[in-house]
Amino acid sequence: MALDRETVAQVAQLARLRLDETESAAVTDRLNEILGMVDELQQAEVADVEPMAHPLELAQPLRADEVTESDRRDDVMGLAPAEEGGCYLVPRVVE
Amino acid sequence: MNWEAVIGLEVHVQLNTRSKIFSGSSTAVGAEPNSQASLLDLGMPGTLPVLNREAVNKAVRLGLAIDARISRRCVFERKNYFYPDLPKGYQTSQLAEPIILGGEISLNLEDGSEKTVRLHHAHLEEDAGKSLHEDFHGMTGIDLNRAGTPLIEVVSEPDMHSAAEAVAFARKLHAIVTSLDICDGDMSQGSMRFDVNVSIRPRGEQTLGTRTETKNLNSFRFMEMAIHREIERQIEVVEGGGEVVQETRLFNGETGQARTMRIKEEADDYRYFPCPDLLPVVIEEADIEALRTDMPELPDARRERFAQQYGLSDYDAGLLSGERATAAYFEAVVAECGDAKQAANWINGELAARLNAGEIGIKDSPVNSASLARIIERVADGTISSKIAKQVFEACWQGEGSPDEVIESRGLKQMSDSGELERIVDQVIADNPDQVAGYRAADEKKQKKMFGFFVGQVMKQTGGKANPREVNRLLGEKLDG
Repeated sequence: MALDRETVAQVAQLARLRLDETESAAVTDRLNEILGMVDELQQAEVADVEPMAHPLELAQPLRADEVTESDRRDDVMGLAPAEEGGCYLVPRVVE
Repeated sequence: MNWEAVIGLEVHVQLNTRSKIFSGSSTAVGAEPNSQASLLDLGMPGTLPVLNREAVNKAVRLGLAIDARISRRCVFERKNYFYPDLPKGYQTSQLAEPIILGGEISLNLEDGSEKTVRLHHAHLEEDAGKSLHEDFHGMTGIDLNRAGTPLIEVVSEPDMHSAAEAVAFARKLHAIVTSLDICDGDMSQGSMRFDVNVSIRPRGEQTLGTRTETKNLNSFRFMEMAIHREIERQIEVVEGGGEVVQETRLFNGETGQARTMRIKEEADDYRYFPCPDLLPVVIEEADIEALRTDMPELPDARRERFAQQYGLSDYDAGLLSGERATAAYFEAVVAECGDAKQAANWINGELAARLNAGEIGIKDSPVNSASLARIIERVADGTISSKIAKQVFEACWQGEGSPDEVIESRGLKQMSDSGELERIVDQVIADNPDQVAGYRAADEKKQKKMFGFFVGQVMKQTGGKANPREVNRLLGEKLDG
């Protein structure tokens, strides 16, 4: 399967990446190369293989339900470009 | 054309764990903005999630309660989208391998019929932060305290066909999760939020129509309104020759208006993929069994028990058994006063009306279970009449003190055996010689009607405090004698 420029533009939009014409062409070529490899993998016989969610044969460790974090707001809020009343400020978003 | 609505629900249930699903931040509500957002919750590079065992356990408890399949192995995935209250740029959720599959919830509808709604699945995920649009002069404020609060999203099959059925489903789920103590059930704080999928089709048609999704309804009433409006809107669109467009809609409960939020993105626009930071979750059979043996009483079982143990009508048992807090209040009142029927009447009548009017939860009722039990006792032992009991309830509601204090301070004690009542009865007879003569001359049928006049006079003189049985006895003796 090959990607067209339109699909690449749509994926770029979803990822909020701005690609100019040259970049878009280059990215399309590279993605198609990757998909070519994936196509090759698709040839493999996998009828008896369980889908793999993770390469390690391990299960997720669980932690106890305890509050272990303290308030770090003052450390972190200084990194934000704008804040007020304990809130991070961003350009207005209203749906 | 005769239309049938088809309704499916997606319910976000906040799990009442102490800490977040993937971090050790507190989930307590009401804290200073961003004071409970750790580096992980903020999406800082280099942090890694660790799953909260209690979130998994609470999800399993729900699965057991709704007779669902608990996945022995489930997988977290990333749901990718950009929004300022989602710092990582993705929500950690589940898609292909959720923790709960299938299950069903039975509903007792108001017309007395029963219905079973099938569930598609339920999955674990994290909540987002909050966007605050007011008070930031044209900017949006972001509070990430809620980011990472564990949610279980319950997805029903499209088995409901009216707003009433959808509300009954929502209420039942609320009753189940609060009985399980996996959610505090506080709708005003967003502890349960409903997305409603609605489509219509000609009655008898099998294929589904195009559906719309109305998001983020946080009260049963708004949900009911939103569904009514949406069904009407779709019928108007189709009968006007148009087509329903698949879209996401927002409903404003204050105005009763809904509007298009966005035309639905395709599901794969979220580009889900398994989260590489989290291993598959394996749930051992032994852990499931341990949770199974520790299940609390659920609403359906409690309803049956209330009907049997307390001899309540099906209707009363249904009302009292749904919510754990209501059930606990009822049982506390009965334990004190021993009269289940009166307790049911008061709780489903006077108390429910006052709580609803004030939008107060029964836990916060100004008249607690001990006070209500005392009022019921005071009627039973003849201290007050049932009419005066309403006054006592009202005074207690207003904070005038305990029932006994109110009865004392307001002088509401019923006059019964005292000579005082006899004196008033004599006075009434002396003051109304014409009526007495008329009564004595009348036949039995007429007498019965006229008797009420004398009772009324005595009640008036005593301010309603006379024991009606005593009044009847005394008047009977003196008029007939």
